[in-house]
Amino acid sequence: MIALARRAVEAASAAGASDAEAYAVEDSGREVRVHGGEVESLSAATQRGVGIRAWIGKRVGYAYGTDLSEAGVRALAERAAEAARVADEDEFAGPPDSSAAPPDSSAAAVRLMHADGAKGAPEAAGGLSDPTLGEWSPDRLAELALVIESAALAADSRIAGVEQAVYADSAESVALVSSLGIEGEYSSSSCYGYVQALAEGEEGRETGLGFDLGRGPAALDPAAIGREGAERAAAMIGAGKPRSRTCPVVLDPTVAASFIALIGRGLTASAVQRGRSPFAERLGDEIANQVLALHDDGLDPEGFASAPFDGEGVPRRRTALIESSALHTYLYDTYTANRDDAASTGNASRSGYRSQPSASASNLVVAPGELSFVELLGEADDGVLVTDVAGLHSGVNPVTGVFSVGASGRVIRDGELAEPLREFTIASDLVSMLRAVRAVGADSRWVPFGGSVKTPSLLVGEMTVAGS
Amino acid sequence: MSELIDAEVAKRVLAAALANGGDFAEVFAERNAGLTMAIDESRVEAVQAGAAAGAGVRVISGATTYFSHVDGLDPDDIERAAGEAAAALRAERAEPRPLIATRTTPLSIEVAPAAVPAERKAELLRELDERGRGAGAEIAQFTASYAEVRREVSVANSEGLFSGDDRTRVRIGAQAVARRDGAVETGAETLGAHRGFELFDHDPGSIADDASRKALTLLDAGPAPAGSMPVVVGGGFGGVLFHEMTGHGLEADHIQKGASVYVGKLGEQVAQPLLSAYDDGRLPNEWGSDAIDDEGVPTQKTRVIEEGRLTAFLYDGVTARREGAAPTGNGRRESFRHLPVPRMTNTYIAPGDAEPEAMIAEVQRGFYAVSFAGGQVDPATGDFVFGVSEGYLIEGGRVTRPCRGATLIGNCLEALAAIDAVGADFEMKTGVCGKAGQRVPVGTGQGHVRIRAMTVGGTEV
Repeated sequence: MIALARRAVEAASAAGASDAEAYAVEDSGREVRVHGGEVESLSAATQRGVGIRAWIGKRVGYAYGTDLSEAGVRALAERAAEAARVADEDEFAGPPDSSAAPPDSSAAAVRLMHADGAKGAPEAAGGLSDPTLGEWSPDRLAELALVIESAALAADSRIAGVEQAVYADSAESVALVSSLGIEGEYSSSSCYGYVQALAEGEEGRETGLGFDLGRGPAALDPAAIGREGAERAAAMIGAGKPRSRTCPVVLDPTVAASFIALIGRGLTASAVQRGRSPFAERLGDEIANQVLALHDDGLDPEGFASAPFDGEGVPRRRTALIESSALHTYLYDTYTANRDDAASTGNASRSGYRSQPSASASNLVVAPGELSFVELLGEADDGVLVTDVAGLHSGVNPVTGVFSVGASGRVIRDGELAEPLREFTIASDLVSMLRAVRAVGADSRWVPFGGSVKTPSLLVGEMTVAGS
Repeated sequence: MSELIDAEVAKRVLAAALANGGDFAEVFAERNAGLTMAIDESRVEAVQAGAAAGAGVRVISGATTYFSHVDGLDPDDIERAAGEAAAALRAERAEPRPLIATRTTPLSIEVAPAAVPAERKAELLRELDERGRGAGAEIAQFTASYAEVRREVSVANSEGLFSGDDRTRVRIGAQAVARRDGAVETGAETLGAHRGFELFDHDPGSIADDASRKALTLLDAGPAPAGSMPVVVGGGFGGVLFHEMTGHGLEADHIQKGASVYVGKLGEQVAQPLLSAYDDGRLPNEWGSDAIDDEGVPTQKTRVIEEGRLTAFLYDGVTARREGAAPTGNGRRESFRHLPVPRMTNTYIAPGDAEPEAMIAEVQRGFYAVSFAGGQVDPATGDFVFGVSEGYLIEGGRVTRPCRGATLIGNCLEALAAIDAVGADFEMKTGVCGKAGQRVPVGTGQGHVRIRAMTVGGTEV
């Protein structure tokens, strides 16, 4: 891969680029879907591609492709240079220089290798990869997915079926080379399993999601995935609407993670610089209750976004975003850092070779608190537990942070869970919500929806609930 | 037409796919190329060219699908992918039927976008930028995007089908941010079609005006109401409501898994007789149209609701075969890297006979949702939610003031049955629909529609 990336950089220079960077990825993935005790589909694929960023002076362009032949890469490099010629000049455009990256990314690599591995990961794991992944045959993976399904069906007599149970994994190798002397490569693996269970109630069907993730299948607990889906579905039977009012709201980790991912988007320097963030001009301000601490951690061995370096070769790191109520920094890639006369925080992210890097959170981690989930409910006393939200992508104003999203969950009465609730909305704005967080649970988990987030349940003191 | 793979290669690949048995095998080959760019802070940026070619091979045996895909169109690589897909099977070799090439007529493209100089596309963005910023001093930011893609596809299967399509789509989008004192509001509009660059012959800059107008209007917005009330949904992009609350529930995979509220409802009255609706993949040059679906089945017009009665579900090959139904040309996939699943094409509520003004005049206190930022539905429970990007309060039969941050929330069956007026006006809009991790272009459309009662989630209790 690194040879391919070098070749691409040379081709871009030959095509007229004053600077160039190539990001090459090879990815093998598998996916098993099961339904009704049978394998519904079994997919396997390998893909290889390269993306080239070309700078011509202060103009930048990008091209990607899958034709990795000599002629193919040359054509790609030419298209990247052509794209750069169409773009307008931008005084802050430019690649990171090699001083931003240690020669072998060793500081980062050491922590990734020696940290206590992901749960269930073998001792010998290289931190980001599970070397036993390849030992799992498609038949064994299908078995794992079938266990997820059967566990869901067995967990509760009200479970009428399973919409789908899925296992998927991916092993990728990444290589990055730039004309300014950055060279690096790494491998990582990840997998997840999930189930969408169906419960039959008197007034219709309810669904529940169960999931787990890790570096390899050994880290997954398939029976627990099935049980979680079943419990969530069965808990919703007979749900009604809450009374419209303002009250304490507990967000479970899956829901809290969705909001944290949104907040992470607002904390990127690109959103702030372009006036699309509710956190603009708030550095140093009190933006959250002191019980809430938020970090971006690109080195957490369990985090799917962890890597020795980011999407343009700058070392990943751990960055405090919110601590002691205050907003400490935004998340920078090289371009946004140039613009603010700051340093990159190693937050240039890509979703594969098809996307050019942009400033984005790596893994967002909310520090766990002391309270168990039950104690958190006790703190809330009288309110609503939210276990699912819908419409986050459409219900939030990215500029102001004002949101109104669909939700389902449970009534909290006298500090205990009561009847299920559906078809209601919760509304607030992101900064008010951060300030209103009154307590943080101890029940942290990784949630991969809309970003890589690890968070416990959060008790928000006040939110508008609209139902009947 | 089928120049991506020739008949001999397709034959070899299908034979390799059925080497260990199987009821059905298919090879889907694709070559795509696209260009995207954006303007932000009045600067053309994010210019990106992308290209990919590859093939996906699947074998179906009983209820199981085996799938493998490969980058590139090298015949040996595709044959290897076929071998990989067949690897888990243990039965006797099966024989594919001889291929019969079908001639298709791709939708007509007058000006191939790839033949238009990139600089002309940058100019288009600058024009949008000027129009959007010129709409008023309170427009604080403006961005616009341009995207073109050409997808050539070939598909051959063991039942003898051998067909292809050549699809070109272009789309532009505009987003405006307006600011006054502490208030910040956004507006957006898009224009897209299964067409060439000729789409932009007629005043493309109007989408910039529209985006800015929406943002400026919202500066005067108050909080959205909360609670249950009559809702009038606007024409055009309002059709996303029907797409989400009914369309997805009619996709046959959801039906067969019991994960749809429309299970067992075929032939039943699910709406008032004033409502008829269609899925139509043949609408000329519409964003969600193609000549064939991604399994080679010609697209068609399917009446899903006839005068309130549920009349059809939407099938791909697998779900049609499972229940002996005829495929409806709804087997779609994002690319050769994905398995086809039942998907909508262009879905719409047919025009009714109500006048939009009269529909509003009959509402004492309600909500007027003109356009949505997006929506989401759980087909199994029928619960849905929509973010309203442009909405107004209705008081005393009149639209009184704009509202910010409203969400519509409800249940499909209840909301569909509660539609008590369908407007005579009609418009189609473009969208990108996500399902099973795949995004495909879809059209949505309708005239104004009134729902007797629906929950509006705002902050004003």
